Parts: sequence; structure tokens; C-alpha cells
Amino acid sequence: MNLFLETFIGGLLAGTMYSLVAIGFVLIYKASGVFNFAQGSILLFSGLTFVTLLEKGVPFAGALAITIVILVVGAVVIERTVLRPLANRSPMTLFMATLGLSYVVEGTAQGLMGAQVHALDLGIEDVPVFIGDVMISQFDLVAALTAVLLAAVLALLFNRTRIGVSLRAVADDTRAALSIGINLNRIWQIVWAVAGITGLVAGMLWGARQGIQFSLSLVVLKALPVLIIGGFTSIGGAIVGGLIVGAAETLAETYIGRFVGGGITPWFPYFLAIAFLYIRPAGLFGERALERV
Amino acid sequence: MKRLTLTALLAATFAGTALVSPAAYADGKEQYVPLPTYRVGPYASSGTLWWAGEIDYLRYINDVEGGINGVKLKVEEFETEWSPDRTVEVYERVKNGKDGAPVAFFFTHGTPATYALTERSAKDKISLIDPAGGQPEATNGLVFSYVFPLLLNYYSQASVGINYIAQKEGGFDKLKGKKIVTVYHDSAYGRATQPAVTVLAKKYGFEDVQIPVADPGNEQSPQWRQVREIKPDWVFLRTWGVSTPVAIKTAARFGIPADHIIGDVWAGSEADVIPAGAAATGYQALAPYPGGPEFEIHNRLRKTILEAGKSDLKDPKFFGAVYYNIGLINAALAVEALRVGQAKFGNRPLNGEEGHWAFEHLTIDDARLKQIGFYGLLQSIKLSPADHEGGGAARIQQWDGKKWVLVTDWIQADHALLRPLIEEKSAAYAKEHNITPRTLAGEN
Repeated sequence: MNLFLETFIGGLLAGTMYSLVAIGFVLIYKASGVFNFAQGSILLFSGLTFVTLLEKGVPFAGALAITIVILVVGAVVIERTVLRPLANRSPMTLFMATLGLSYVVEGTAQGLMGAQVHALDLGIEDVPVFIGDVMISQFDLVAALTAVLLAAVLALLFNRTRIGVSLRAVADDTRAALSIGINLNRIWQIVWAVAGITGLVAGMLWGARQGIQFSLSLVVLKALPVLIIGGFTSIGGAIVGGLIVGAAETLAETYIGRFVGGGITPWFPYFLAIAFLYIRPAGLFGERALERV
Repeated sequence: MKRLTLTALLAATFAGTALVSPAAYADGKEQYVPLPTYRVGPYASSGTLWWAGEIDYLRYINDVEGGINGVKLKVEEFETEWSPDRTVEVYERVKNGKDGAPVAFFFTHGTPATYALTERSAKDKISLIDPAGGQPEATNGLVFSYVFPLLLNYYSQASVGINYIAQKEGGFDKLKGKKIVTVYHDSAYGRATQPAVTVLAKKYGFEDVQIPVADPGNEQSPQWRQVREIKPDWVFLRTWGVSTPVAIKTAARFGIPADHIIGDVWAGSEADVIPAGAAATGYQALAPYPGGPEFEIHNRLRKTILEAGKSDLKDPKFFGAVYYNIGLINAALAVEALRVGQAKFGNRPLNGEEGHWAFEHLTIDDARLKQIGFYGLLQSIKLSPADHEGGGAARIQQWDGKKWVLVTDWIQADHALLRPLIEEKSAAYAKEHNITPRTLAGEN
């Protein structure tokens, strides 16, 4: 029973790390209906920028602030050079643009800051904490708290601020939002900047665990099943989806893996996501699309 | 107008390239050395250092020694992002040489590419050079004529690891009843040692447990929870890329001491331990390519290449890093093979058949290692048509939190035990591919 509990709780906590990555996708999808393929590259870029500044002797807070400024500037540049010229094109066109953007961002990151692996110490020890006989990772606990905190801040941003209301208006009906004078370009800039900052948080936590390196951009592979399960338009859904994916893959590896040769964590979440697509195509918290035909 | 300007610019660039290339290749005294490399993409952190070492040594041979007996090496890089299909494309483009400069061998720079090219290379008679990689059974050159898993094949890696554990435990008899868990990257590379470990477990009586980690391996709690349940005496870590630092950190969280984890060749570089921080202190790894910048060759390169501003290394702090040294060693193996070939065929560029002969007769003894400045860094090796590995030893290095420290001399694999396994697997390959193994009659 202890093994089951430990595996289950460990999986839930690990899942919040996936949620952190998925939230960045949700933000952009909500505002523009686009699956942002470049989110992984942004995660890598932000983590690499932060750690490079730290290694150059910039204090933690300063490195964080400068990285955020760079991400905001980057969001404005992306909106002006990639998104604005493609406004009113199909979501597939925008998706392909983000695909190209991901290569540009990755290349820029490695070109400017090098390809070497960097250690990142956030001062959070990756040591076990015991509750009875059940072992829990202290690092995972901090990551889970961070994800919850981030979700709460974003919920406040969306629900309690003027910008948030504008964001929701654009998400609900872009044409109607434009007709009442909401500046779509500005909204996209803000959303991309916030998604970048979310990517920075995820990049820092994942980077502290595995080092800041190219493979950070591959972490997004875990976000897709999270989004399918939780829904592409809900931050709460991203959290719940992450918890489900984390717990399910860990339990599956422990209890089913040995019967099918092991190493099933990469594909099991996708198996689960396909099952959800059959039962609930919009995900647990996603908005069901109704179209007049 | 814009289009015209762009066309003019492209034409000028093309013309510039065209003016440079023929002059560079045309004198007939150049050996073409194509390098499939990966300076971008997921494995760039290893690649950039590896190519720096390889290119620095080849540049040293060209610029300081005036080439190999006057034959200059014309090096050309091709970006593959470690993708085997791109490496195959590179191979097809370069196999006939360039502008009269022939190809004597082809570095695959990756086990998947070696697998992909095995049959083509046999047809084209161009040797695939994949030190510490490739198919272990390709050690039998009588079946795999054109594949060279030089230095330390995967079976030997397993054997050296077990020999070291026996040394630490106080003898092979102490291995009986011990639990040795292998946590491996779930790929052909990761599974490659399994047949050898099975044979070794049978001989020495230890319990062999294999636990896979699927790529990329950035979350490994379930695996290390299993390892903890098993309570192993030793862990053999055969991961790659990000899965190594994550393994070391997760192992620490589950109470597995780092000094009882032995990484294999491809889990033993700075990039594997630095991200793991304090958890990696005490971690050990097989080192056919030891780390460190204090070998004689480093002194020579420091003076003639680094300080002369000719190094391919962007950050000098990585001078002597494990991957840099991998590049140096691989380049030295190629240069020494070309020397052997020139001694037989004359001081001129060699073709594929001649390069093949050269590698099959490559011998580097301690005296030669001292001459070329590689003593301690590279093991002495002696290849033959039946033995395409030639070395089969590794040192063990331990991470002290800041740098790798060599803790043993060269440890030999148990070749007598492994050879029947190599014969068995290569015979199966020969049967499957309808290959009649070579006999050495008539060869010299």
C-alpha cells in the first residue's frame, strides 16, 4: 500500500511540472486559437537566458528581471513580425508559423548562448521528505506549489483586471472584441509575453532538475496529452490534466511496465489522451465548439 | 529590384565558393576527411566539444606536422543533428571523394548511423569507423569487413564494468549473490550490453536486473523507485543525454549512493554530471576517453593551436573535457591508420580499399603513444582482420564535484569469455544476410 501511495503522490506532484508547461499553451490558444509549437523553444530560450545572466554574475533578481524584459520585447517582436502579417489567416497557417518560429528561437538561443549544458541551482534541495513511510520529493512539492500559485495569479489576471477582461473578450469572439475597440495586436503581445514568463517559470524548474540544455524544448511533448485531457482553453484544466498524466504514467510504469518490457512513460499519456478523445473530445474543461453547418 | 539584388547576391556568393573550392582540392595530395557532425539540436552540447577536439588535432597534423608525410587532410563538416538518415545522405555524397581527393574511411559519429550504413559500406568498400560504438558483433571483421567498433565495443564495456566491481568487492568470488541493476536507455544502444551481462552473470553468479528508461528520460521516479525496492549492490548506468543527470539526481533522492553507480562511456562526460550538482559527487564512469587537459598532447595543442588562435573550441575552459578528448582520440586513430596505410601503399592519399587495409593493420603500442603524446589518454591497440576492436580496455574515472579524477589504470575486458558471444552473433548475422565469412588465405 505504501508503494502505491508513494507512487501515486509522486506522480501527482511530477504531473504539476507538466501542468506548468501546458499553461503556456493554454494562454496562447485562448487568445488566438493557435497551438503554439514554439512554446518549448521559448522555454529553452528563457531558461538559457536566465542561467547565462546568472553565470555572468548578475544577481538572481536582476537576472529574472532582465529575462522577463527580454521575453516581453521578444513577444512584441514576434507579434509584429510573425503574427500581425498573418492576422485573419487560418489557424493552420498560424500553427505553421509557430513551427518555423520554434526553429528560429532554438537557433537564436544556441547561437547566442552556446550549446553547452548549464547547471541551475534554485536553492531548492531535491531531497526526500517522509510522511510516515511515504517518501515525497521536496523539489516536487515546491514545483506543485509554484504551479498552483501561478494558476491563481493567472486566474486573477483573467478575472479581475481590465486586461484580463479584454483577453477573455478576444478569446470568446475576436470579431466582436475588435468591434468594440479592443486592440487585438496589443492583446497578442501581452498574451505572448505572459506565456513567455510562464515558460520561464517552467524552464527554471525543469532546468533545476535536469540542467538547462536543449532537451528542455522537448518537455513540451508531455504537454500535449495534458492539454487533450484537461482541455486547450482552461488553466484549471491544464492543472488537472497534468495531475492525471503524472499519476497515470507513474502508476502504469510501476505496475504495468514490467509486463510490457518497461519504459512506457513516453507513450502511456498519449494512450490515455486518445481514450479521452473518444469520451470527451474537448477535454475535461475545454469549451465545446458548436458550429452552424 | 529587390529580387534582382537578391539574385546578384546569391550569384556572387556562389561564384565566391566556386573560386575557392577547386584550388583547395586540386593538387592531388589531399586526403578527404568528411565529418558528419551535430553542432545544433539536442546533442549539440556533446558535439561542439567533440568536433573541436577532432578538428584541432587534424589542424595540428596539417599546420604543425605538415600533413601525414606531406599529405594534407581536407576536412569538411556536414550538419546532421545526429540523425542517421542525414548521415546516410552525407555518406552517399562523399563516398566517391571530392575533386580528386579520395575517402579512405567514414566516421559515422553514432551507433544508429553505423547500423544504417553497414550494408552500403560493404558494397562500396569504405570502412565505417565508430569507436566505442557500433554493433559489438562487428568486432568479428571476418563477417563485418567494413565496420570497426574500435577501442571498446559494448560487450567489452559491460565486462570492464563487472571487472571493476569485482576489484572493488575484493575478487570475482565476491560477486556471487550480488545484485547488479542496469538502468538503460531504451534503445539499441541501451540494450547492446545485455547479452554480455547475461553471460557474465551466469559465470560469476550475480543477479542481473535490467530496467529501461524511455527517451528522453527527463522523469525517472518510477524506475528508481524500483531500483530502491531491489536494494542493489551496484548500478550500471547506460543512459544518454539528459537521462544521465536526471538518473543521478533521482538516484540520490531514492538513497542510491553515487559511488555505487558506474556510468558507461556515453554517460561519463561533464555534461552528464554538472547538471546533477552535488548528487554526482563520487559518481564513476568507464573512460576509454579519459577527461583532463594535462596529457602531453594537450601541451602540444595548447602551444600550437590554442595559443595560436587556431582552435575550434569556443570556450577554452572545455579544453580537456571528455568530449574534447573523444575528438582528439578519434582523430589520432584515423591519422595513425593513414600512416600505416601510407607505409604500405606509399605517401599519397588512400582510397577506401587501402584505408580498410590500414585500419585492419593498425597497431599503436606504448612507445608510439608516447611519441604522439597520447600515453595515458589512449590505450595501446592492435587490430587484425578478425579483431576490429583492437583495444578492449577502459580506465575508471570519478567525479569529485569539480572534475574527473582517474582512479584506475587500464582495465581489460574478458575477451576469452566474450569472443564466443561475438562469434555466435556475427554468425547469425552472416546467415541472415547470406554472407560467407572471409578466410584470411591470400590476404597480407
